[in-house]
Amino acid sequence: MKRKLETSELIFKIISYTLLTVFALCCLYPFVYAVSASISGRSAVEYGSVVLFPKDVQFDAFARMFGDNMFWNAYSNTLFLTLYGTLWSMLTAILGAYALSKRRLLFRKFFNFFLVFTMWFSAGIVPQYLNYLATKKVFTAAGITDDKWLVVIAMGMAAMNIILLRNAFEGVPSEIEEAAVVDGATEFQVLSKVYIPMSKSTIATVALFFAISRWNGYFWARQMISNSNEHPLQVFIRLRLEQYTDPEAMAGWNEAFAADSVIYALIVCSIVPILIIYPFIQKYFAKGVNVGGVKE
Amino acid sequence: MKDRAADFLEFDHASGAYRISPEQAVRDDVEKHYWRHVGAAIIKDWRLYVMLVPMLLVFLFWRYFPMYELLGCFKVSDSVVPVSEQLFSGFSYFRRLLVGGDQLSTDFWRAMRNTFILSFYGLCFGFPIPIILALFFNEIRSNAARSVYQVLTYLPKFMSTVVMTSLVTMLVKQGSLTTGMGIVSQALSGLGFVTPEVANAGLLNNPAFFRSIYQISGIWESAGYDSIVFFAAIIAISPTSYEAAQIDGADKMAQMRYVVLPSILSTIVIMLITRIGSLLNIGYEKVLLLYNTNTYVTADVVSTFANRISGMAGTGTSAGTGIAAAEMMNNVIGMLLVIGANTIARKASNTSLY
Repeated sequence: MKRKLETSELIFKIISYTLLTVFALCCLYPFVYAVSASISGRSAVEYGSVVLFPKDVQFDAFARMFGDNMFWNAYSNTLFLTLYGTLWSMLTAILGAYALSKRRLLFRKFFNFFLVFTMWFSAGIVPQYLNYLATKKVFTAAGITDDKWLVVIAMGMAAMNIILLRNAFEGVPSEIEEAAVVDGATEFQVLSKVYIPMSKSTIATVALFFAISRWNGYFWARQMISNSNEHPLQVFIRLRLEQYTDPEAMAGWNEAFAADSVIYALIVCSIVPILIIYPFIQKYFAKGVNVGGVKE
Repeated sequence: MKDRAADFLEFDHASGAYRISPEQAVRDDVEKHYWRHVGAAIIKDWRLYVMLVPMLLVFLFWRYFPMYELLGCFKVSDSVVPVSEQLFSGFSYFRRLLVGGDQLSTDFWRAMRNTFILSFYGLCFGFPIPIILALFFNEIRSNAARSVYQVLTYLPKFMSTVVMTSLVTMLVKQGSLTTGMGIVSQALSGLGFVTPEVANAGLLNNPAFFRSIYQISGIWESAGYDSIVFFAAIIAISPTSYEAAQIDGADKMAQMRYVVLPSILSTIVIMLITRIGSLLNIGYEKVLLLYNTNTYVTADVVSTFANRISGMAGTGTSAGTGIAAAEMMNNVIGMLLVIGANTIARKASNTSLY
């Protein structure tokens, strides 16, 4: 009896380790390959002889990209969108979630439904596009010609994140708020001195969600930002990919490195900053999924 | 037993008759002057309502106004004329899409079918794999080793859709006279999964491979990250449960069946509801970035269809806002799915999302 137990445990353990190792290596491999291909010589990349480690190492593809003003432009546009976009989303979300968390708020059910309904039903791409076009006209009339502000203000709000914040605020014991009110705190002081410090980790998680969706935003940025100097990194990467994988456009390519290496270098450059901050944000990232699973 | 009248009447000893109680007088007053009381409450707490305003405006302008634009589906649609001034034309766009009999209708049905198939495959393959991964993670007793495995499997989640699709495009790209094909295409043809000719023509140009590429890249991207929530549920199981099962002679499979599965069932149900709710809301961005004219047969989904036909994508064709009818049907079915899944889950296991 005891023996049978141990065998089944052992078999399962071996299977677990084997499959996990295979899966983990599959997850890792494309990144290793991207790095190797970005710094390998032209013929090695073009004839597919780079498999794992770089061959005929060159750094010209990186140099080419770092010398491209559009690249730095795109990077700073992405930082702009991420910074201001996250600030704007957090400002509206925290204020709204705080009000929604209060039982004394009238029509609270209606306001909650107003939010949750947008999670169930979306008008779709075409009406949204027409709506953004109309917004763009209003913004232009108001003198805001930089389309980045349109992206910052009009896009990227998510009902789910507000609900996460609302739930965190509801979890703050009301006695603490009452004590603060007795001491003469105003509504804004209660929010900034009691609620925000007491739900720091949820706020960090939600800010991270907003920041990631801003950093990754592609479709609407491409549709709505007409000036190519204002394009964020994601749009820049995609446009370069379309250009560099087009055989006709690349027919006259006569550099010492492959056109593919530039794309791989671009991919590496867009992942590296995230890998650098990954250790600091990982715990909020993991936490976010768990709070996301339990609502209401 | 107390008279029901006593709820709102009380005996007045001075006049020797019943009169309306003070509590009921307040209730009557609230009922009579409801809006005056609401106004007073709002004025008293005005700061709270001011805080709510920015959020409500954002949702009103950029979530609800587009729904108003959907009225274009029921009108003689022309994007030059505002929706409010267009003529009502009933369900002509819906009819044209559903039973039009022309190319538009055929393409719509193809997109609808592709949307269902892509989501359904996503549910079949994308949903169980994170659970299995979580079970495997649980087998690794060393914390350090487990962290390494977890970090490696979460890694792809940190790429944006654009970077992920760019990487996929490069890995399976076509070969030409002067350049070789992508490294994954090379491996697949080397292992005999596809013929070298097919691999050389580019797997993303071949409609037969689009669904596999879409699902495999999806699993690669998010299986590790999606397993977090299940793993959290598994490590919350008390070790005594396993010990009790072992004393009763349960082997590994029996422990899975009688200890682990019941403990994580509610998490699975919640995640399944979320999944079913977003079943038809598949990531159009990813499809848009991976498909091309060669693969419309298997890749075109309702959102990308509407995007292309509406003329938004600069393809020259313009069907106006009426084409939003396609997405509207898709999204209404999606909404019914989420409400339905939630109702069933509430009835079956008392686990509900909304």
